[in-house]
Amino acid sequence: MAVLIDKSTRLVVQGLTGREGTFHAKQAAAYGTTVVGGVTPGKGGTTHEGWPIFDTVHDAVKRTGANASVIFVPPAFAADAVMEAADAGLALAVCITEGIPTLDMMRAFTFLQTRAMRLVGPNCPGLISPGKAKAGIIPGHICKEGRIGIVSKSGTLTYEAIHQLTRVGLGQTTCIGIGGDPLIGTSHIDALKLFGEDTDTEAVILIGEIGGTAEEEAAAWIKANFKKPVVAFIAGQTAPPGRRMGHAGAIIAGGTGTAAEKMAALTRAGVTVVKNPADMGTAIKEALGA
Amino acid sequence: MKIHEYQAKAILARHGVPVPRGEVAFNAAEAREIAGRLGGSVVVVKAQIHAGGRGKGGGVKLAKSPDEAETIARAMIGMTLVTHQTGPEGRVVSRVLVEEGLQMARELYVSIVLDRAAGKPVMMASAAGGMDIEEVAAKTPEQVVKVYIEPGVGLAPFEARQLGFAIGLDGPQVNQAVKLMSALYEAFIATDASLVEINPLVVTAAGELLALDAKMSFDDNALYRHPHIRDLRDVGEEDPLEIEASKFSLNYIHLDGNIGCMVNGAGLAMATMDIIKLAGGEPANFLDVGGGANAEQIRNAFKILMSDKNVKAVLINIFGGILRCDVLAQGVIAAVKELGVPVPIVIRMEGTNVDEGKRLLRESGMKLTTADNMDEAATKVVALAR
Repeated sequence: MAVLIDKSTRLVVQGLTGREGTFHAKQAAAYGTTVVGGVTPGKGGTTHEGWPIFDTVHDAVKRTGANASVIFVPPAFAADAVMEAADAGLALAVCITEGIPTLDMMRAFTFLQTRAMRLVGPNCPGLISPGKAKAGIIPGHICKEGRIGIVSKSGTLTYEAIHQLTRVGLGQTTCIGIGGDPLIGTSHIDALKLFGEDTDTEAVILIGEIGGTAEEEAAAWIKANFKKPVVAFIAGQTAPPGRRMGHAGAIIAGGTGTAAEKMAALTRAGVTVVKNPADMGTAIKEALGA
Repeated sequence: MKIHEYQAKAILARHGVPVPRGEVAFNAAEAREIAGRLGGSVVVVKAQIHAGGRGKGGGVKLAKSPDEAETIARAMIGMTLVTHQTGPEGRVVSRVLVEEGLQMARELYVSIVLDRAAGKPVMMASAAGGMDIEEVAAKTPEQVVKVYIEPGVGLAPFEARQLGFAIGLDGPQVNQAVKLMSALYEAFIATDASLVEINPLVVTAAGELLALDAKMSFDDNALYRHPHIRDLRDVGEEDPLEIEASKFSLNYIHLDGNIGCMVNGAGLAMATMDIIKLAGGEPANFLDVGGGANAEQIRNAFKILMSDKNVKAVLINIFGGILRCDVLAQGVIAAVKELGVPVPIVIRMEGTNVDEGKRLLRESGMKLTTADNMDEAATKVVALAR
């Protein structure tokens, strides 16, 4: 089994006709994902690389039976694209776009409260369920079907974790890049809930970053609710306070958000916290006694 | 992006927040003229830098005449002001704000930031103004009152009244506070601010509420739709290398160590700094070349790293997702050829087209050290930097 995305996913790509959209739609299709078409306002009725293009997400859903969307829309229009996906009745949208104004996302989240859709991201690498399907930019060839779930704020660190798991022979059930923005649709806790219910997921790698308190909240939740082994790495142990470390959300501000606090909270919750990002794979192997 | 106090006050005043009368001066003569125009028995000369704690560092002074304002401004402009927020190197003062002096009865605090967990702006107020609010919140959290603002509704008058009464204002002052707080929220939303802070918010001897100090910072991602705010950027407040890097759209932060880092992805870039430190070294920078980096970006990144004279070795750590390893390798080879990088380079790459990338590096005939994993890369680069 896998979570969020699998063979039943029928994916529409918002922004398919753009450079990134085209490249990653092809990659997803090549990986075996059912990509049903794209949405680019004003280009409805045309085809692009063999896919039908629609003016609206509503049209795409009606005509293709799409149930999920991946969004490669420029930052100024991406929050609007998220709301459109939700309004069209999709169950899931994955927003890859980096650099969306925070207040745009804040308004979009207010809108999402009135719709049933789950959002992953924004500013994230997306999802992959190895051997089944992917939505986003995680390279398929580094993945391997397996037993570990990954939830991560960071893109390339997710790849790092995937690679290490593949090398120790464990593989992944689903990898969820939740994104590095201050406001995101799916939290570490949301992802852990999904992995907790997934019978194939035997353990989880949790990757966090400085900034905010999401990792501390996840630690408290794990302590109270989560029974499977968790290995965690927090990036930014050496980051100076008050500086935005690339991701809009990665900043130690107002005395909170340090890596030390997050690592301590996770350790108290029984999580195996690795200081060295190269140790994630071996730590999971040890946690499973494999 | 941060701006100066006088700029923040101008923005807030446009949205209806009452601020003291005052103007900015770039030299002593201007300060004298402004003091003359303001009149009154006393003016305040305030150094304008992007850091707090100016009063204690000698950056805020009272002047009883235009002559005295001129003398103070002459000493202040050009001085290096060291506060607890500037670090030991301090900041050079290039401009001062000359403002009317006020008789104060009380010093309060009010601010708005985005609360990440709630996904909403939160307005915070405190009767303990004029102090470091982080310290107040840590030691006496009951002295900080908060309301979470519904984005679709905005700050409701009753919420502003709650805050006003909680910080000990009387009826007529609360009415002023409601107006001031609403204006503050309006300014926060209209400018895509990430922080608006009034510390202190003063009640004058005459019972008037005024923003005696003001701090604003803005969401970098939204600056494209606020060109007038983007124009307020003061590059004199920023690290020259960081300014140069921002021209190339590189995410670069200058640090104190001697190992230059070039990484794709913010998380991996932070993790690379962490692993260098674990291996006993000190990173010279944070640098995320971005997911879609090309040969041109690699060259730009090398230029920035080589401009830092402390850099004794470079670690390139790339996990190729969108960025292909062969493209990276070509970029590195071209940049090293063109720029003649004089320090050792350790490259660790993984991901898309990694074998082709490694072959290109091997066959380049260049002295590049390769590593198969992050641990090995960190150990090697730390040894080479010694």
